[in-house]
Amino acid sequence: MSTGLLIGDLNQPGHYLQWGPVSISTANFIVILLMIAVFVLALVLPFPGGKDDR
Amino acid sequence: MTAIAPDPTVPAADPDSEQWTAKLRNRFFGTLPPEKLLPDRQPSYVTSWIYVFGVLTIAALVVIVASGIVLAFEGPQWYHVSGVGHFVNSLHLWSVELFFFFMVVHLWGKFWMAAWRGRRAMTWISGAIAFLASIGTAFTGYLVQTNFDSQWISAEARDGLNSVGIGAWFNVLNVGQMLLAHVAALPLIVGIIVVWHVLLVRHRGVVPPFGAEHLETADVEEARS
Amino acid sequence: MSSATASRRIRSGDGQWRGPTRPYDIAKEFVIALVVVSLLSIGLAALFSSPDEKAITLREWATNAPNDFSATVAAELAGTSGTATYGAPYVDVADAGQKIGPVNLQKWAGVRIPVDSAKQFVVDPLTAVSGDGETKDALAAWTAAPTDQQQGWASAYADAIAAAPDGDPAQAEAGDYGPVPVLTASMLSAAQRGGLDGPVALGGLFYQTDYTTSVLFLADGTYLEDKAVEQHLGGGQWGMMNETGSYPGQAWLWLYSFWYQIKPFNDEENTYGANADALIWAIMMLLTLGFVFIPFIPGVRDLPRWIPVHRLVWKRYYAQQEGTRVRR
Repeated sequence: MSTGLLIGDLNQPGHYLQWGPVSISTANFIVILLMIAVFVLALVLPFPGGKDDR
Repeated sequence: MTAIAPDPTVPAADPDSEQWTAKLRNRFFGTLPPEKLLPDRQPSYVTSWIYVFGVLTIAALVVIVASGIVLAFEGPQWYHVSGVGHFVNSLHLWSVELFFFFMVVHLWGKFWMAAWRGRRAMTWISGAIAFLASIGTAFTGYLVQTNFDSQWISAEARDGLNSVGIGAWFNVLNVGQMLLAHVAALPLIVGIIVVWHVLLVRHRGVVPPFGAEHLETADVEEARS
Repeated sequence: MSSATASRRIRSGDGQWRGPTRPYDIAKEFVIALVVVSLLSIGLAALFSSPDEKAITLREWATNAPNDFSATVAAELAGTSGTATYGAPYVDVADAGQKIGPVNLQKWAGVRIPVDSAKQFVVDPLTAVSGDGETKDALAAWTAAPTDQQQGWASAYADAIAAAPDGDPAQAEAGDYGPVPVLTASMLSAAQRGGLDGPVALGGLFYQTDYTTSVLFLADGTYLEDKAVEQHLGGGQWGMMNETGSYPGQAWLWLYSFWYQIKPFNDEENTYGANADALIWAIMMLLTLGFVFIPFIPGVRDLPRWIPVHRLVWKRYYAQQEGTRVRR
């Protein structure tokens, strides 16, 4: 009931990445990386349209 | 130009009326006529994917509220004992993650565009307040999970809030108080702030590129009879 | 009919762009966004579900960590527990409360949620659930004794438990502890039977939605914190950002969580660490004000001009302007 379908059970203990005083869960790390990636893609991916400008 | 023809059966409004209603109506629709509220054209510089993150944030908020209404209707214990309830809880959690994800990307974009230029400081300020109010609302959500997470979060938050005296009024260990705040008071406050923010965007327009500010300004002649 | 004309200035921010425009279907944009986010939410919910770790009951605490439970009961009776020495808003204790410099906001708020931890966590619940003669006699002896006698018995017993191997009350040295050992043992067995969760939470009421007594009692022991630290939820583990299991948590709390990781705030021995919650609140309030008022902060508000990320946002507009300039 509380497990997802495919990716596996996120109820297992998390993994943590450590650099000096910084400790971050892999889940949070992935979320932050995705945010940065989406931000960069939003800036560089071409946007449709232009022919109806006036 | 408006494409909305006036209704001949409605009596003409008196533009000099001293009535509060008339003044409010004139003020509101003077500032935000229908074409500004629901436009069908926008400046040609609004051509970047960065511009969709505001509306994505609002869409996520709609999913949060919809899933929240289902959870509220069934009561705070439902999702512990029902498979459907657990799924709705998952919807609520992931739409919250998406909400903050999109909001932060929107915030980054608006910062790098210096979107407060051209008398748009209140748009930035209302957006920042919406962010903070959302964090507060999410916080009360974590407190009303009625599970281990809420036990720990409430014990920790108790110390933080008590240290500055707020805990004497806002008792995070009081599930009833936190639940009503989360379900009634705070969503209303967030909603009001978001509406204010969006109306400001419609009123002021999307900030122009650096160097194009002059195309927002003009001297116009108005006829007065 | 005479008519006059007047000149009016359209200013920036009046929403009157006079340059080129393009079609924009705002209603369609919203519907598409709603469909996309709904599908994403449903997909993520179906793939990953959500965490729901069961709450720790007093029964679980007493069963899995009986020595910690007993030590906590003794501390409540001795008036030395976290709650009993907390200060505002629960109990009036001289000099208790975190300060920001000379300002003691915690104390100023006053005791608005009064808690008598010995009575509410131990004596009343135990009175409610215990029928056996030994416990009733112990309760009577406790209630009849003067306060300093109560404190003497309970502090001595708490010290004896702490000195015993494993903190096991059964191995505590004999001494003059009055009725405290019986009270402690009865509390433990009542809790292990599941008999205390109700009385502690309800406080004699029929309806209850306020769990202050239950959480304060639980948090006075170490079991709750130990379980939290196992899941990386502790304050010194960036715990504020984390979630149970492998779920993503609250990445947006990174800056608030950060201060708890560094000196001097992570060292409770010094004054900054002892007042960390209040001091970090003050820092975050200042930074928050800074964030809200960025448009007015020189330097910060000029960063977008100096680091032209905006050239990517408006590249088509700038290219069109270049083209126009070249054609002339």
